[in-house]
Amino acid sequence: MPFWMNAIGGYTELATRIVVMGLAAMSLNFLLGFTGVLSFGHAAYFGLGAYGAAMAIKYLGVGSIPAILLGVVVATIAAMIIGALIVKLRGVYFAMVTIAFGQVFYFIAFRWNAVTGGDDGLTGWHRLPINFGFAEFDIYQNDRAFYYFALVIFAICVGAMALLLNSPFGRSLIAIRENERRARFLGVPIEFHVWLSFVISCLFVSAAGALYALLNNFTDPRALRVDLSGNLVIMAVLGGMRSFWGPLVGAAIFVALQDYVSSQTQNWMSVIGLVFVLVVRFFPRGVLGMLRGARA
Amino acid sequence: MSQVVLFNVFNGLIVGAFYALMALGLSLILNLSGVINFAHGGFLALGAYLAYTLIPYTGFWIALLVAPLLTAALGLVVERILIRPLYGQDPLYSLLLTFGLAYIFEDMTRLLWGAQSVPFQVPQWLMTSLSSQYFFLTGYRVFMMVIVAVAVGGLFAVLKYTRLGMRIRAGTRDLDTVSTLGVNVRVLRSLNFGIGIYMAGLAGVLAAGLLGLSPTIGANLIMPSFVAIIVGGLGSLLGTLLGGLLIGVVSGLAAVYFPSATEAVIYVMMGLVLLVRPRGLLGEEGRLH
Repeated sequence: MPFWMNAIGGYTELATRIVVMGLAAMSLNFLLGFTGVLSFGHAAYFGLGAYGAAMAIKYLGVGSIPAILLGVVVATIAAMIIGALIVKLRGVYFAMVTIAFGQVFYFIAFRWNAVTGGDDGLTGWHRLPINFGFAEFDIYQNDRAFYYFALVIFAICVGAMALLLNSPFGRSLIAIRENERRARFLGVPIEFHVWLSFVISCLFVSAAGALYALLNNFTDPRALRVDLSGNLVIMAVLGGMRSFWGPLVGAAIFVALQDYVSSQTQNWMSVIGLVFVLVVRFFPRGVLGMLRGARA
Repeated sequence: MSQVVLFNVFNGLIVGAFYALMALGLSLILNLSGVINFAHGGFLALGAYLAYTLIPYTGFWIALLVAPLLTAALGLVVERILIRPLYGQDPLYSLLLTFGLAYIFEDMTRLLWGAQSVPFQVPQWLMTSLSSQYFFLTGYRVFMMVIVAVAVGGLFAVLKYTRLGMRIRAGTRDLDTVSTLGVNVRVLRSLNFGIGIYMAGLAGVLAAGLLGLSPTIGANLIMPSFVAIIVGGLGSLLGTLLGGLLIGVVSGLAAVYFPSATEAVIYVMMGLVLLVRPRGLLGEEGRLH
């Protein structure tokens, strides 16, 4: 097991799930925390990445890395189209529309039994070991190997996001977040930047989704539903929207909590709901936000 | 037109009436307070379950009257304690909070009343058909349409002719000015929220009789309400009403010709509206923020 997991009494699969959800939450935060745009439908792209990868493996028999790429491509194209439709909206209306679009994909996955397996999910496939010719990594049988694989993908995506955020493009996104009107006066092309931020955010979230499908060797419509979207947002807020690593911290707490609570009680849904309420009322700046404030 | 198409259109109109009733409540709260009440479905379910609990003691009619009021009362409490502190903040927070509330509501109803569907007793004489040719014209369905029409008509009347209604309407345009004119804005928002929740509770009682009652009844109806608001037009209550009916009918037609797309078709409509006219059918300019 990854060494830090031992310390908190977890298990490898939990660690991998934290990495995957951390990536998803950080991708969402690219749009939410850094551009200031509230998307409540990111599960749609997470799920598209998951289904894309799963269907690629099941129907085309590709390897793990091409599967991820395919999932990402599918989701990114969807994000580009949908993003173009909604980029003129803001605030609550943007959020509502993203929720609604998320649900379309949920219903498609739910109904299209023949292709997606419907409510039962897409089964009968599994991730294949990676074969580079000179070295083979068995990420299927070996949980720990898959954890490191996920960690590599995580590092690549997070690195890319960090580069983007530190670039002039990233600075203009923050400008849009802080004062959109002023940014517009300064000549920042708002709609294009928001669209681009949306697409980038969805791209990385779909990578997380593809990883998620590979992790479970399974995917189902629940990966597309609005509750997952809500969970991603709360992870970002819980960890701290304004910090880069915040969502990872939030994801770790949330995933571990969910795992623990669902093993203890049937009413885990109430506990999760309570987490939402408490975070909003008492910790809106999140864990890292509070620590930062305490230091300053 | 064949019986099947008529049946589905009529059914669609009824379901659309539910969507409209719920969406109107959502829209009221959204327009005045800028809060997306994700827990609206939870309040709907609560109204239905409260009625279900009351019916054995008070009969259907009293329950129909009382359950929405009780739900609205709970709504007022929730507004005062949880939502009021969030006004003026990023809409993200009220969305997250009501999202969490929705979870809690669903779980609590499951805890209190069980996860299975429960039988919802509607007076027997309402269940008979009114026409031998159109068998689906049961008394209950017509009755529901009447109640919804009365509720919606009542809402519009309150908004147009009472002082409270006038203040709400003014508030949706410019709450700050309304406040400087001496109106107690906090009370206004509370009452507005209460009215919105009343509509949800009422929709719940009616829907339970038609669709059956289970803990997920609210979650199923909330998404179409969102779409009704988007399609009908942001900021326009009449638009929301029409939007609800429209998507209900469209959904009903889809059930005849494209059964597997029954749910998805309303989102397709939403996509089309966004593409062609982002502010919705009856929406007002400049309301996109």
